[in-house]
Amino acid sequence: MRCLTGGVARSVEAENRRMLRARDAIDRDYTLPLDVPRLAAIAHVSEAHFIRSFKATFGETPHRYLQRRRIERAMYLLRATDRTVTDICMAVGFSSLGTFSRTFADVVGESPSQFRRRGPMPNAPGCFVKAWTRPSSFGEAS
Amino acid sequence: MYDSISRSSIFVLDQDQALDFYTNTLGLELSTDLDLGFMRWLTVRVPGDPAREILLERPGPPAVDEATAAQVRELLTKGALPGSLFLTTPDAQGTFETLKGRGVEITDEPSPKPYGIDFGIRDPFGNAIRIGQIFDTGLTWDS
Repeated sequence: MRCLTGGVARSVEAENRRMLRARDAIDRDYTLPLDVPRLAAIAHVSEAHFIRSFKATFGETPHRYLQRRRIERAMYLLRATDRTVTDICMAVGFSSLGTFSRTFADVVGESPSQFRRRGPMPNAPGCFVKAWTRPSSFGEAS
Repeated sequence: MYDSISRSSIFVLDQDQALDFYTNTLGLELSTDLDLGFMRWLTVRVPGDPAREILLERPGPPAVDEATAAQVRELLTKGALPGSLFLTTPDAQGTFETLKGRGVEITDEPSPKPYGIDFGIRDPFGNAIRIGQIFDTGLTWDS
């Protein structure tokens, strides 16, 4: 019984670790379209299982996770550079300014140019900026 | 009141695998590997910096019960534990190429920041490691 429990637990750990590898790939390659076949291969699950397993592990779909990553990068670039909103939209992986502006406003609660007026970001190590300045969720911003 | 941080600890799933990764792959060196009877005291350090050690600790009984240890392992493997290390290097790009060549999982490619050039990797268990070539800019976090 103890062995069985251990075996089950270990498989959860291995599955989590593979799913984390796929999530890291989303964070790393956020400018590219979401490539579910490739991510599923990284996670060692079928394409059909990938989205469901990702959500079970991290609490949101891979698509939403990617959107939050892109918006986090856009928030950074808006505050840290003087590149145009259109340029930033393309740089973080959106192909349409309309979709970008709508998604940004939904997630952040203000438009990209309004957000820009907050001024420069404080310095912090990249991993922590990635984790902590990512907008919390869709629709939660007020 | 204090004059240094001498040791800090991160959780690993397997100490043999951790020792192999942290020394042979990452390039730290073994500091202490001692069987205390009740636990394996396993620490590594940056070569040339004996004052600071990282304890590679395995969660489990009797320190915590098996169910709790399983929770720790689940959080660790999904990247949700705060076990992060910040290492500094005189050559971020060179270190990145070396680690990439050894098959290390890269989470962030090297990029210039106001404070230096840094990149991110993960250990085999899910801990985040940040490696930076930090400029002496005189800047502080809030400047």
